[in-house]
Amino acid sequence: MKVDCNINIHHLARVEGHGNIRIKIHDGELQEAKWEVVETPRFFEAILVGKKWDNAPWICGRICGICSIGHTLASIRAVENAFGIIPTSQTQKLRLLLKHMETLQSHILHLYFLSAPDFLNAGSVFPLIKSHPGIVIKAAGIKKLANDMCDCIGGRRMHPTRPVVGGFTMLPDKKELIKFRERLQDVINGLLFTAELFRTFNIPDFVRETEFVSLKGDGNYPFIGGGLISTDGVAKKEQEYKQMTNEYIVSQSTSKWSRLSRRSFAVGALARINNNFEFLHPAAREVSLSFGLKPLTHNPFMNNIAQLVECVHVVNESLGLIEELLDSEWTEPRQEVVPKKGTGVGAVEVPRGILYHCYEFDEAGHIVKCDCVIPTSQNHANIQHDLEELAVRYASEGMKDRNIELLAEMLVRSYDPCISCSVH
Amino acid sequence: MDAGPVRTYLGVPLYRPKVAFFEFSSCEGCQLQLLNNESSLLDFLALVDVVNFREAMKEKADDYEIAFVEGSITRSDEVKRLKDIRSKAKILVALGSCACFGGVNQLKNRFSLDWVKKEVYGNSPVETEPVRPLEDVVKVDLKIFGCPVKKEEVERIVTNIAIGKAVVHPKYPICTECKAHENICLFDLGEPCLGPITRGGCDSWCPNNRFGCWGCRGPAEDANMEQMEKIMKQYSFSEDTILDRLECFGGFSAFADALRKSGEKNKGTSA
Repeated sequence: MKVDCNINIHHLARVEGHGNIRIKIHDGELQEAKWEVVETPRFFEAILVGKKWDNAPWICGRICGICSIGHTLASIRAVENAFGIIPTSQTQKLRLLLKHMETLQSHILHLYFLSAPDFLNAGSVFPLIKSHPGIVIKAAGIKKLANDMCDCIGGRRMHPTRPVVGGFTMLPDKKELIKFRERLQDVINGLLFTAELFRTFNIPDFVRETEFVSLKGDGNYPFIGGGLISTDGVAKKEQEYKQMTNEYIVSQSTSKWSRLSRRSFAVGALARINNNFEFLHPAAREVSLSFGLKPLTHNPFMNNIAQLVECVHVVNESLGLIEELLDSEWTEPRQEVVPKKGTGVGAVEVPRGILYHCYEFDEAGHIVKCDCVIPTSQNHANIQHDLEELAVRYASEGMKDRNIELLAEMLVRSYDPCISCSVH
Repeated sequence: MDAGPVRTYLGVPLYRPKVAFFEFSSCEGCQLQLLNNESSLLDFLALVDVVNFREAMKEKADDYEIAFVEGSITRSDEVKRLKDIRSKAKILVALGSCACFGGVNQLKNRFSLDWVKKEVYGNSPVETEPVRPLEDVVKVDLKIFGCPVKKEEVERIVTNIAIGKAVVHPKYPICTECKAHENICLFDLGEPCLGPITRGGCDSWCPNNRFGCWGCRGPAEDANMEQMEKIMKQYSFSEDTILDRLECFGGFSAFADALRKSGEKNKGTSA
């Protein structure tokens, strides 16, 4: 065991939002290993009170700049569930396609811009523009396609304009979808390149057993709505989400924490794969197995690989969705919305894990109560416990402070935390 | 940070300003919009020298000339951090609606702080202040409007700063841009829209997608608020709907406050 270790990272870089890492070992004893979230709360759950239903997706999408589409869709689903609206099959397909493209752009942003620099010994993606131009161009190309498709279906890549309660304000041009089908074919090659690149990275071999929570697949790899499941055998309905999240307040964080069967659990790409591996597209499953990623994988660093596997899945599934949309005539984009008193929950798998929005409405459709449970807030406790174990393990191996520091940073980054989102 | 060749303008090498990005209470989306512009990101990086951008890079330096600041101010430590940034930057740019007007965050100011704290954190202590735009705390040299900011607009403005050209915002409302697109007027489709009074420059981003404007860029110069209210009523949009739009991003706060007071709006929720 190292005798002393003192790590103090203020406002960790290359993550969304503000978090600090503190590790202190004195005389061979771990004194502190802390993941602190210091982000300012914006009180979305309070500001929504009194607002009419149509404000919810528009305002709540602004909880997050990276997964605004996911928030918008979860919010829309919660409103529709409260009002008893069932989206048409066309709307469902377009929403899923939009969701897939957000997943692709967000995962690529994380894999290349936030995560890869650690493995390539760089402080950011910027020096890689010179040292590894091929990688940066490839990443930018995939991200651009995903964002362009979000523009096409959602009206805008960030804080989308077209998805609304009841459907869409406008439909995409089918000619555009045909072009995207071609570009998506190219992306498959880009993802194979990404897989080869990540194969050269030295993924830390760090395992700590935990519980994984996600939507439960029902014939398909799940993204929008459905049952909730955990690898410890808990199963709940979407509207029973509070029994899955059990939020509580801790002093080290302005974000709430969650627990289920153990003292913490994890959500995200790795959790989804651990629960729904069988429903992955065969091409994605193949990539997954080639990295040794199969249920149950307890190494949090493998969340990077899980995201890569999901990129392969969403691209392949999107090709199928485009095919189905092209084969059918466009129907009315938007259903009529009649508000009513009641409560609705929307659970959506966004890039960083399962997201819940819940609203209670009065007769006129004004929000009486609002609750949003964010993936990263569900992950904070798990990050904390991983960090404690990581500090002790690597310190006992006598690793240098600066290497422990890098691994601690990489650990937090592997969860791809969206911190301002988690505090909201 | 070194990225790419030096740009020239009319054969003269361009001055490459050192820029830094900072964020306060926000979704960090406005910064992300810059990374989201994949096709011109490399050109953009050749134009400026990014020395501080925590969301994207680990290295950081304090010798920046232009600070792009996203988010609103909602806690005392943010005030201190912002003043420190102000003391180091030659030009401080408010990036996006949260920084310019408080953004959606300022909807919190409709309620008492005690009530919002209790609604979200129960009886646990949490520190927060009324939401303020940057200019309520420090001098702001330039504002870039929008939620989110439009990346093309950010690039145009940064280019202007780099070549020493004055930055001018459109004075006309979004309606002008929407008409140029020959969109069907949203009023005629039964949708409320603040296009007639909101500052242009986004190229009628939302109305082009058949989605009415919510005023995220704040008022156009000479915006006729009273006339806007009349039009909305003429198309039978409720006072609720008008207020929801006007108060959403904080750009029309004076008018929204007056409307809220006049219309006994509180519905018993504000403590």
